[in-house]
Amino acid sequence: MNSLLIYTLRIADCSLVLGQRMCEWCSKGPTLEEDIALSNIGLDLFGQANGFYEYASKVDGNKSADELAFKRNEREFYNFQISEQKNEHFGTTMVRNFLRDAFKYLFYNELSKSNDVTLAALASKSLKEVKYHLRHSTNWVIRLGDGTNESNSKVQQSLNFLWQFTGEFFEMDDVDKEMLNEGIGVDNKKLKGKWDKLIIDTLNKAKLKKPEDGYMATGSKKGIHTEHLGFLLAEMQYLPRAYPDAKW
Amino acid sequence: MQNGKTKHIWKLLSSVPDPEIPVISVVELGVIRKVTYEDNSYKICITPTYSGCPAVKTFTDDIKTCLVKNGINNFKIELVYSPAWTTDWMSENTKKKLQKFGIAPPSKVVLCPLCSSKNTQLISEFGATACKAMHKCLDCLEPFEAFKCI
Repeated sequence: MNSLLIYTLRIADCSLVLGQRMCEWCSKGPTLEEDIALSNIGLDLFGQANGFYEYASKVDGNKSADELAFKRNEREFYNFQISEQKNEHFGTTMVRNFLRDAFKYLFYNELSKSNDVTLAALASKSLKEVKYHLRHSTNWVIRLGDGTNESNSKVQQSLNFLWQFTGEFFEMDDVDKEMLNEGIGVDNKKLKGKWDKLIIDTLNKAKLKKPEDGYMATGSKKGIHTEHLGFLLAEMQYLPRAYPDAKW
Repeated sequence: MQNGKTKHIWKLLSSVPDPEIPVISVVELGVIRKVTYEDNSYKICITPTYSGCPAVKTFTDDIKTCLVKNGINNFKIELVYSPAWTTDWMSENTKKKLQKFGIAPPSKVVLCPLCSSKNTQLISEFGATACKAMHKCLDCLEPFEAFKCI
């Protein structure tokens, strides 16, 4: 596979997998407003994924966007491991989204300046949506962290657990380096300082402690995932695999 | 963007309503970016409002139906992402139509579409469609939808 294809798939996979997690909240949200909010975020994420898959399909020249989404196995998916983590309780979902939204906000901001006009356009479009996703998850992290002792302790635990999945955001492998050299990709390492600031500002408001950087999970850029992705894909891909070429 | 060759296409497109907000057309919504005529064929460039908005597929089909019904078969529709759609492309007249329909138009100051009060509050940034947020009026106490500014 060429580097541009892998690079594009990584972005698409991240949105698709988190979108699927958002869907799991549908009809189970803590309030009607939140149920609608999470489904809406899922819809935005699917739309973003679709744009990147359509482009990946063009770069690939063979597989359609649907085939890329529904006919690859977990070892061929390149989403960050944080995207596939289980929703657990609402607080964990919000902390996961917050850590990721903050990164995606900075990432799309940089990618919108890419030499690749399609990636730049898709990034500018996605950025508009990530802005209000980030506002939503930030507000919840503050509200829950600065809420009751119970809510604070719960989201602190979520944060302590999810922190190990944030190291992946800033990795630069050969594909990333090649894309950066060609003026297409983003220098992820450079985003770390700004990301830290965004995170720390909010955690302070939320009266939450930033976990120490300890063990960091890695591997998604090579298709290595936690045990959760396989189950997620099994559910998501069931229909198109059981009924190939099924149409709406 | 409008010239002799494409003027009648724009006119036809102006008759295609937004599938979720039928008081405004797809032209007024700002999703039709360009219409060109080359090699005996029209090219219509459209842009999505929100990445995942299901209405995009619907209004694309509606546009096709409208053109074919009016005897135009030599066209193709292209989805473009740049520049990204913004509510700034909505005219004052379109905003008035939204307000009358009961949806507060995109604006920094959200006016209650029922009693025109400025004393309104955001309930949730998300609503029944990707483009709307939920608000309530603190004067007449009615809940209402408002078009998000993006």
